[in-house]
This record gives sequence, C-alpha cells and structure tokens, in this order.
Amino acid sequence: MALWDLTNADCVLVMGSNMAENHPIAFRFVVEAKARGATVIHADPRFTRTSALADIHAPLRSGSDIAFLGGVIRHILEHDLWFREFALPYTNIAHIIEDGYEDPEAADGMFSGFDAEQHTYSEKTWQYKGKHVPSVVGEQRVGSQEQQGDPGHNSESMAAGPAPTDPTLQHPNCVYQIMRRHFARYTPEMVERVTGCPAATFLKVADALARNSGRERTGAICYAVGWTHHSTGVQIIRAASIIQGLLGNVGRPGGGIMALRGHASIQGSTDIPTLYNMLPTYLPQPNVFHEHATLADYIKTETPATGWWSNFPKYAVSLMKAWYGEHATEANGYLYEHIPKLTGDLSQLPMTLSMEDGVIRGQFVLGQNPVVGAVNSDLVERGFAKLKWMVVRDFAMTETADWWQKGRLVESGELKTSEIGTEMFFLPAAMAGEKDGTMTNTSRLIQWHDVVLDAPGDSRSDLWFMYHLGRRLKRLYADSTEPRDRGLQALTWDYGERGERQEPDAEAVLREINGYTVADRKQVARYHDLKDDGSTACGGWMYCGIYPEEGRNLARSRTPDGPGGPGSHAGWAYAWPSNRRTLYNRASADPEGRPWSERKKMVWWDDAQARWTGLDVPDFEPTKPPGYRPDWSKHPHGMDAIPGDAPFIMEADGLSQVFVPSGLKDGPLPTHYEPIETPVRNALYAQQHNPTAHLWTRPGNELHEIADAAYPYVFSTYRLTELHCGGIMGRVTPHTAELQPEAFVEVSPELAAKLGIENLGWTVLETKRGAIEVKALVTERVRPFVIDGRTVHQVGMPWHYGWDGYAKGAIANVLLAITGDANTGIHSTKAVTCNMRAGRLAPRIPRG
Amino acid sequence: MAKKVRRGIADRASGFLRDWSIPRQLAGQSLRGKAAETEQSRTLRPRLDQADTVGTSICPFCAVGCGQLIYAKDGKPIHIEGDPRSPVNAGTLCPKGSSTLGMLLSPQRITTVLHRAPGADRWEPKPLDWAMDRIAQLTKEARDDTFVDQLPDGRTVNHTLGLASLGGATLDNEENYLIKKLFGGGLGMVNIENQARI
Repeated sequence: MALWDLTNADCVLVMGSNMAENHPIAFRFVVEAKARGATVIHADPRFTRTSALADIHAPLRSGSDIAFLGGVIRHILEHDLWFREFALPYTNIAHIIEDGYEDPEAADGMFSGFDAEQHTYSEKTWQYKGKHVPSVVGEQRVGSQEQQGDPGHNSESMAAGPAPTDPTLQHPNCVYQIMRRHFARYTPEMVERVTGCPAATFLKVADALARNSGRERTGAICYAVGWTHHSTGVQIIRAASIIQGLLGNVGRPGGGIMALRGHASIQGSTDIPTLYNMLPTYLPQPNVFHEHATLADYIKTETPATGWWSNFPKYAVSLMKAWYGEHATEANGYLYEHIPKLTGDLSQLPMTLSMEDGVIRGQFVLGQNPVVGAVNSDLVERGFAKLKWMVVRDFAMTETADWWQKGRLVESGELKTSEIGTEMFFLPAAMAGEKDGTMTNTSRLIQWHDVVLDAPGDSRSDLWFMYHLGRRLKRLYADSTEPRDRGLQALTWDYGERGERQEPDAEAVLREINGYTVADRKQVARYHDLKDDGSTACGGWMYCGIYPEEGRNLARSRTPDGPGGPGSHAGWAYAWPSNRRTLYNRASADPEGRPWSERKKMVWWDDAQARWTGLDVPDFEPTKPPGYRPDWSKHPHGMDAIPGDAPFIMEADGLSQVFVPSGLKDGPLPTHYEPIETPVRNALYAQQHNPTAHLWTRPGNELHEIADAAYPYVFSTYRLTELHCGGIMGRVTPHTAELQPEAFVEVSPELAAKLGIENLGWTVLETKRGAIEVKALVTERVRPFVIDGRTVHQVGMPWHYGWDGYAKGAIANVLLAITGDANTGIHSTKAVTCNMRAGRLAPRIPRG
Repeated sequence: MAKKVRRGIADRASGFLRDWSIPRQLAGQSLRGKAAETEQSRTLRPRLDQADTVGTSICPFCAVGCGQLIYAKDGKPIHIEGDPRSPVNAGTLCPKGSSTLGMLLSPQRITTVLHRAPGADRWEPKPLDWAMDRIAQLTKEARDDTFVDQLPDGRTVNHTLGLASLGGATLDNEENYLIKKLFGGGLGMVNIENQARI
C-alpha cells in the first residue's frame, strides 16, 4: 500500500513501531485517518508519543508479539468474525494439507519434519495434499528444495490440477481446522499470562480489528524493526498477514501491512540488493550446494511451473546480458559461471565472525557504522583488528573508522593502537543534493533526486567510487589470461563521464537497470517484453518500465493528483512494478470483478471494454476475465494456470497463503516461542525458543540462561526522533545533537526504587557480552509487567550513541549477542536480558 | 556583505525614534502591522532571494521518502525545505529532515582523504588518486590470494571469501547496482551485505 493510503483505513494497528517518533511524516496519515473516524491502536511495551495519539494503548512485554497476534487470530476464528466472502476464495483457508502434518499443538511446540541434528525442518508434510508448492520468494525457494533433495520440477504438480480443498471447511486437515487447533490455546487469559497485557485491553484491540473488516471497511497494520529484530521476526509479520488475509485487508484501499523501514533507500538496497543471497530484484544468488551448476540447472531449479515467477528465465538471462554484454552468449551460458556461488550463510552476522576468524582480509564499509549499529560491538572491533585493510566511506568521522584510535578495546587495554595492523582508509562521501540518482522509499516509490550542490573537497558519490575503482581494476586485469578474470574483463562498464571530476552518469546506470534491446539499444518499455534468448538486457526486471524510452525518466515525474483525483498519485515518481501503488489490487474486487463496495473501490472488471480498470494500475493480466478457469486437461503453465479470481499472481496458484507450505524455515504457522534470552519459561509449549533460530555461541558471544538470575531484566533498544540509526549524521549536526545530547536508559519508577537508581543518576548495564555506564531517565512510560504471576521489569535505551560527534554516550549494542532469526538471519535487539545497578564502571587502566 | 560603519549618537537616536513603535501605535497604526515595522524588518529579504539554483531532492534519513527542495548559491546550500508538491510530505519535514542543511554544513564534516598506516597512531591526509590506486591494488592482491575456482570435489564456485562489503541502504539504487555488479559479478565477492539485514 502507498503511505498516503493509510488515510483510507478505518482502523490502524501500530505494533513493533514507535511511528509517531520514528516515522513522523508517515504518521501524519494515521492522524488523518483518525480525524476521519478510524480507531488507532498502539501495541507496545512503552508508552510513547504514538501511544499518546492512539485510541487504545495495549502494553505487552517485548518478545511476546506472536502470543498477542495469535490471540487475535483465535478471536477472529472462534467468533466467526472473518470476511468469509474474501478469505474463502482468495486464500488457502480451505486447502487440505498432507496427512503427515503435525502441529505444535500436538507435538509440544514442534511441527512435523524436524531434523534435531541440523536444527532444520523438512517441508514435505506441510504441502497441499499431493502437491509440491514452490515458494514465492526465490531465496527461500532454494533452501526448501535443498532440504527435500528436490530439483524443483515437482512444482509441475501445480500444473496438473487445482489443489484439493474442502469449501465446507469440515475436513480435519483443511487449513481452517488446522488453524483453529493451532491457535486454540491463545485465549485472552493466555494472552494476558504471556504478554502481560490485560485481557480486557487485548479484547478491545481484537474487537476493533475485527469490526473494521468486510465490504465497507478496511484496516491497516504498521510495523518496524520492533517486529523484525527477534528470533521469530518473520513469523510475527506472518501472523499479521494471517489477520489481514482473514479480514480481507489486502489489495484494498486502506488495507495492508505497512513496513516502516529505516533508511532512505533500504528498500532499494533490498530490491537492487547489496545482500549476499540475492541478485537484482529477487533472483536467488546461485549456491554450489543446490542444483545451480550451470545456467540451465539454475533456471530449471528456480523456475516454478505456474504463476508469474514462471517468467524467471527471461529475467535471469537478461541480467547476465546486462552485466556481461556482448561476451555473454547462449553458447557460453551467458557467462553464468562468473556469478559467484555461495557455500553457506554469509549474511552480516556470520560475516562479523568471519572477520574475527581471519577469513576476511579487506573490508569495504560504504555508509554504514557497524561499531554502533551492529550487535556485539566489542566483537565487531575484534574483527576489524584482524583485517589487513579497511575502506570506510562516510561524510564525518565514525566509530567504524577510528576504532583503532578511540575504540572501547583500545580504551580497555585489550588492544594497543601500535599493535593494530589494519591499514585504514577514510574516503569522504558526497551527500544528498551533491549527487543524483534514485532512492526507493518504504512503499516501493522510486524517486529521483537532483544534483544541486558541489560536493566539497575530495567528497565523491559512491557511484564515482565504484565506477573508478572498477576502471582501475579492469586496467589491472586487462592483460590477464586467467579464466577466473574473464567475468571482470567482460563486465559492461560504460557509464559516461561528466565534468572535471569524471562523474559517471547515474541515468545511464538507471537505463541499464530498466533494460534495453541488445540489437538496437532501445529502452525496454515493460518487463513483459523481456526475453530469455539474449536479445534483451535488464539489470533488475521489477524496475523495468521506470525508463521506458530515451529521455523519459519516470522517477523524475512530479505530478501529484489534484483535489478529487484518484488518490494513487500515479504521476508522482514511479512505483515498482508497473507504477502500481497497491500490490494484489485485484483483491479490491469480488470474485466476479465488482468492487466490494463503492466506498472501498479501487480496481474492477469493465465488461464493456473487456478489461480490468480502476483507480490504480490493475495487478492482473489486463484482459483475463474474472470467470477464466484453467483448462487442467491441457496441463496449463505460467499464468494460464491462474484463474480469473485468484489475485495473488506471484503465488503458484494465485491464492494468499494463510498457511505457508514452502519457504519458511520455522514452520507454516506462527507459534509463540520465547526470545532466546528471557526471564520466563514458555507458557504455551515445552519448546522454549524457536528451534531453528541461528545461535553462534562462542567466547565473546555467550548467551544467558533462561530465567538467568544474574541477568533478570528484559532489555530493549530503540530510536529517537532527532537522531538517525547508528549513523553519524544526527550526531554531527549541531541542532539535532543539542536536542538529544547524550545517551540514557529508561527505567520504571518501580525498578529505580528497587535498585536505588535516581533520575539522571549513573547506572551500569551488563551482559555476558559487555558492560556500559549510562545515565537513568526514570519514567512511567516504562512499566513493569506481571507475567504468569511474577513481576518482570523491562528497561530500554536508544542505540544511536558512540564516542564521535557532538552527541555522545554509551553504545547500547555492546550488550547484545549475535543471534539470528531463522529466515532472515536478523539479530535480536528488542528482547534480551541484562543486569543493572546504580553506580559507575570501575575506571579502566589502559595498557602501557 | 555590507560594510559596517560606526554610527554617531545623533544618527542612532534618530534611528531609534524612527523605529520606536509606541508613538506610531498612538497615532493609530496596528501593533501587528505597520507599527511593528522597523528599518531592519523593512530591509529583510528571504534567504531564498539569494539562491541561484533550486533542485528536487529526497530526504536522506528514513525510508518515508519525503520530497525536499534544495536552494543553492554558487554550488553551496543555503536552504532546504519540504517539497510542497509531494504527496508524501506536502511540504512538511520532521526534525531530522529539517536538519538536512545543518548536516551538510556540519563543522565536523571531513572533505579530504585520510589514511592510517598499520601500527600508526594518527591519520595522514592523502591525495584521492593515491588512495584509489592503492585500494585497487590491495583489492587485486586480496582477491588473487583468496580466490577459489573450484571446491576440492571439482564443483565450480568462482568466488572469494577474502573480501567483504558492508553498506548500501543509505545509497542510491544506481550505487547499489554498481556495488553488486562489480564486487559480485566482476570480482566474485560473496560477502556483500547492508543494513537491510539488520
């Protein structure tokens, strides 16, 4: 959904986010929705400005989100409050799952298919009966097939006929019945016992969500890293998807799930990924342990038989053509062999361990500050000290650049500057207004920004840096005859050079991302025109259409709707894919193609024109009528297998998955597990924490015991309005630094009294990873929780600070451990345990 | 900038009388309008008057994507405000977005290349070209020393684990594209990550 579409919601749940303080301008749409009569709910451990502007504040203990949302799902199912006309045809709620499926309800918190040695699940028993359902996410598709020893062609089963269903919902193994059993124990009383949220408050929330559903009403859910930074992060979001699927809040005005992301182009750097496991726009990075040896293998494995992803070969081959140009031919597999193959998990947290292990020699850090922003800060410093060299690009000094001089380990004496062998480079970076290009916002809006200013001194854009580093490397390897260097030699690298500084042309790069025909180098107008025969080149298929013809950069488009316009603002910048503002908007019409109501209309079938039309670009084949049914006798492939009333075209059968047969590493349904570190036992199951979570326990990265008496308090980190993440930007800007001049920890009056802590008095926070000292802010915004009859105290602090800039203070992330969510490898920052006392750290005596 | 000239007592007294608002209020001028006017306020000009360029930008902080207008004079920023046309922010900015000008003009900004040799206790300024050449050379050496063509069992990997890159979520799409293309598709690096994971 577009951010401004939040104003169309009749109910907004903000959870896992302090939206008013951390995304204030997005929150104005929530305030506008409230002014129009919407109910606004904030579910959060702290009472913040978001809570202050909400109709209901539901306090809950950090890390108990699935217990809370599971309670909402149970409430909707048991009281029959779901939008049946929507969910029955548009989701897999009636699908019948394999006989061998076992639920945590019956198996003490575990799903069927667990391999206790590998700590992984097989998805075999989670499938639709007799089918193999390919995952919609490429990077996850890989993992699931590896586990099943399945080369991928089993997705052919999806072309053989529709999945078995029971529309009466009576079959004991249909998704509806499985969900009812799965969530049966998430009663309001259990919600209160696990989360600490009073049952009455919880019921007010569940009622508000359920009430704002149906033909005439919709609700939206907004979240941020308060949901992702857990060992169960993906499953928390999944729980929200189930709620929105059941209530019919997907693809409709004012309906959806809004991820409030943190950095200006964090969505862009996910789409055009500087991530280890993906190639541009969600193609999986090949892996040596999968069937990816040749391009033919890779394409065969990754191309599902049915649904939109059946176009995969066109996107993969066009990417190779964009990268390797004329040297990429059908005969040489388009030089696919030079795309490096993965041999394991190389995400950021294992990368940090890899530094400490001495595997990495040279490290580039481009506008990131891991000493402050990554978890287990001391371990990050230890890793840097093992590097031979390191390049840091930023616009002011950061902790990641001067750790060898001012770091915690130098201060403590663990490291000595003169013995640190890491060669350091600091390269000044050009900032906003000093370079041009596009950034993608949190709702897929790709916006161009102009170059207006001269970057001062030697400051250069990262485009300049990468381009000129590439030019130099190409020169260094020009004469090589080694096969391993052929990829670099072939790499297309012609982006023009402007002015004295030889700045490459960002528009030339964007034109390549959009794609062009190889023969006459004309821009490709839409991704539907991409080919798998080497005749088109495209750097990122989902962005294709942004630069549809020479001289037309749609990211520069700046024409908003006028008053009374359709409200999609289609003339303002460009949203991928196809300039569509709401994904899966076919669901805004009923199965027959009519809007659910006049009030909630968006896209509909126009009989006279025999095509889809409406207020947004329809997310469906434009002329496929609602009554279209696949002819299963012909074994239909691709989009031919998607019926005219199946809106979720990226899924293999076009239906939303409230139950996920493939693609999740920790189970097809969200299940409450306690955080890896927690003061309490799991009240729901014998299984304490997510059995597939990543743990990297080793010296320097030790974990606390469950209910560890030495570390009794729940610790959470969060952000402030005036400062920006772990970066140095706000801390070197005089105004914002003055507004938030130093670090603090928020403590409830009850805990402060218990520990003898005074407001503005010094405290020491400690975990097995490290200790910090920081001043206390004693406030009723933080409340103790009663969990299962016991008082659980929670403390929290902002994680912005470090030793550089004007605004200084302890690095909160010193306290955190390296652990990972099962699906994403994302760390836990919202719910760990710590100890706390009044006072200061003993002064350290630096070595020699 | 106008040259400051030391004024005499008589001159200052007449200026004070001219700007003194009470007699003018008594004469019937509005306190909020004419009577509040002084010589200084009469000659005030908006900062934007000095701008020779204005450009459309996007706020560099969070992912909401607020539109900004950057006003510049001689290639230097003089004012940044919310773009009133943007359906995202309609001219508004939050405290971070409003501080964009202060960020660009921060006295702590560094505009030269710094280098720290192994074991050294301080940074040394270096020419940009020197640093680029040295980084390219070090990258080549690390890659050549750590590149793996095949696993022991003969399967092709064509990668290096000896080089790593971190960052991208604060950069442009075009910049991310070149990072992944050069480091991944060109050099065979697989340790490529950014803030999206954390």
